[in-house]
Amino acid sequence: MVLQLVMAPNWCGCGVASANSTKISTNAFKMSSNRFNFSKPYPGRAYRVTAYYSLTTPPYELDALEPYMSKRTVEIHWGKHHNEHVERLNKHLKTSAFYGHTLEEMVKATYNNGSPLVEFNDSSSVWSHDFFWESMQPNGGSMPKGGVLDQIEKDFGTFTNFKDEFTFAALSIFGPGWVWLYLKKNERKLAVAPTQNAISPLVWGDIPIIGLDMWEHAYYLDYKDDRSAYVNNFLDHLVSWHSVMVRMMRAEAFVNLGEPKIPVA
Amino acid sequence: MQPATACASSGLTIPWLRRCSSLRVKCSTSQRAHCASTSTADTAEPIEPIEPIDPIETDPEPDPEPFKLKPLPYPFNALEPHMSKETVEYHWERHHRGHVDSLNAIIQGTEFAEMELENMVLTSYNEGNPLPFFVHASQVWNHDFFWETMKPGGGGNPSNVLKYLIERDFGSLDELAKEIQNAALTQFGSGWVWLAYKAHRLGVGNDINPRPSKKDKRLVVVKTPNAVSPLVWDYYPLLAIDVWEHAYYMDYENRRGDYVSVFLDKLISWDVVSDRLKNAMFRASKREKMEKREMLLDKMKEARLRVKAVDLRPTPKARPKMKRRQY
Repeated sequence: MVLQLVMAPNWCGCGVASANSTKISTNAFKMSSNRFNFSKPYPGRAYRVTAYYSLTTPPYELDALEPYMSKRTVEIHWGKHHNEHVERLNKHLKTSAFYGHTLEEMVKATYNNGSPLVEFNDSSSVWSHDFFWESMQPNGGSMPKGGVLDQIEKDFGTFTNFKDEFTFAALSIFGPGWVWLYLKKNERKLAVAPTQNAISPLVWGDIPIIGLDMWEHAYYLDYKDDRSAYVNNFLDHLVSWHSVMVRMMRAEAFVNLGEPKIPVA
Repeated sequence: MQPATACASSGLTIPWLRRCSSLRVKCSTSQRAHCASTSTADTAEPIEPIEPIDPIETDPEPDPEPFKLKPLPYPFNALEPHMSKETVEYHWERHHRGHVDSLNAIIQGTEFAEMELENMVLTSYNEGNPLPFFVHASQVWNHDFFWETMKPGGGGNPSNVLKYLIERDFGSLDELAKEIQNAALTQFGSGWVWLAYKAHRLGVGNDINPRPSKKDKRLVVVKTPNAVSPLVWDYYPLLAIDVWEHAYYMDYENRRGDYVSVFLDKLISWDVVSDRLKNAMFRASKREKMEKREMLLDKMKEARLRVKAVDLRPTPKARPKMKRRQY
């Protein structure tokens, strides 16, 4: 008998049932009568609730990123590649032990410290692509303001330095990959890193702040093989510093970026 | 006046040796004869000693382009409408040429510049720990191979030995196409899909064959990531399909499956694949013979070392000893 690993109670009241068709057998241990029975959350009802992932929409129209990213690219990238990953992920989840994990948990768990399981590629791609669409906005680019700019200048020297490092990392990738600006939890500073295939800083426990897709499907229709133009246009015209600010604010709940204020007696 | 210099071997005094007194010279027999007959001089003027010539000639200028971009065997628009002129042009001119240039830049002046491309791929793979120029060398080789696998008006059916082996190892051409499709669609990211001839018992576990067998000398379908090729696993590649996105994105967008099926139906040159198979089988059999011979020699050597020499000859008949003759 295999006990379902992911039976976290859902306190908001909606039933979370097992995606597997195997029932939890009550032979091995008796569930007491006043315990919440996860396999039959609402006795008497005939349905079981299952939930899967769906394709999230970018927060702008598909042609809003013209002329730096054409409508055709966004349509195919989002409508076909991202969609395909979502569908494959859902197909895996029908029989996977990771049903019920959040996407971030699944990415970290399926990465399995370097020997990725079969769900890793699709879950990580779905997460990364969601992140990517939200990292961009129409009329984006230019300079960040306030705290974000301060943090970047603190960790990279100057903003131009950051742009150079980001571009260099992006162009250093051979084959498909991503380039990330992320916040290192232990060192409490921002850094830039390129990764291969579908890997993201989630797998090593850090907090991504900007993600740029360097797979060829992201830029080939618009820029053919001119990757530096693609990255420069992303940094100058597309990157959403608003999202960056929101993400940094959230990250501050996990990482103490400022100097600790030690009260003086 | 300088003392007469003596020949180091014969001890004869030779007047002309005075001219190159910095050298320790042994005169040859002919010269001995010659200089014995002439009686020059003590009147000869001493000449400056000759600088010894460096026997190793100075290296010529390193060739700035050890590898040249091989031209396509057909014009850019020859593969229309299955592979557009734009794709072929960009693929060859920008990607393939880019790798050639990068490779030249890295290996120029090093010992690798003299190597053959295939050797360079194997050496730089370094058994899984690739040197920095492995990707470029391998991509140059892969792309050369890829362009030659295609031809305008390609497709059709394989014949002769290739057909026999496909039917023996896959069942039918359709089964082979299905395996290749599957490999292409499951290759996450960029890479290549190959049909290879496996002739050495190296179990890397990467080969896909619906009729697996412990026997060797069979066709297998393999998929490789990024720039790797089955040369590094000691296979003989027969056909290559580039599944990097730049190879099909402009024509097929994300439909990799369609690209691969059109490749197999309309672009592939089965003649070239058959030739490669013939070549592969020949090389494999030659190599097998050599390996067997070496194994046999090793065994013999071991046997000689292990076994004490026992003289099983019958004892010679007792004969009267012969007297030694005196000269």
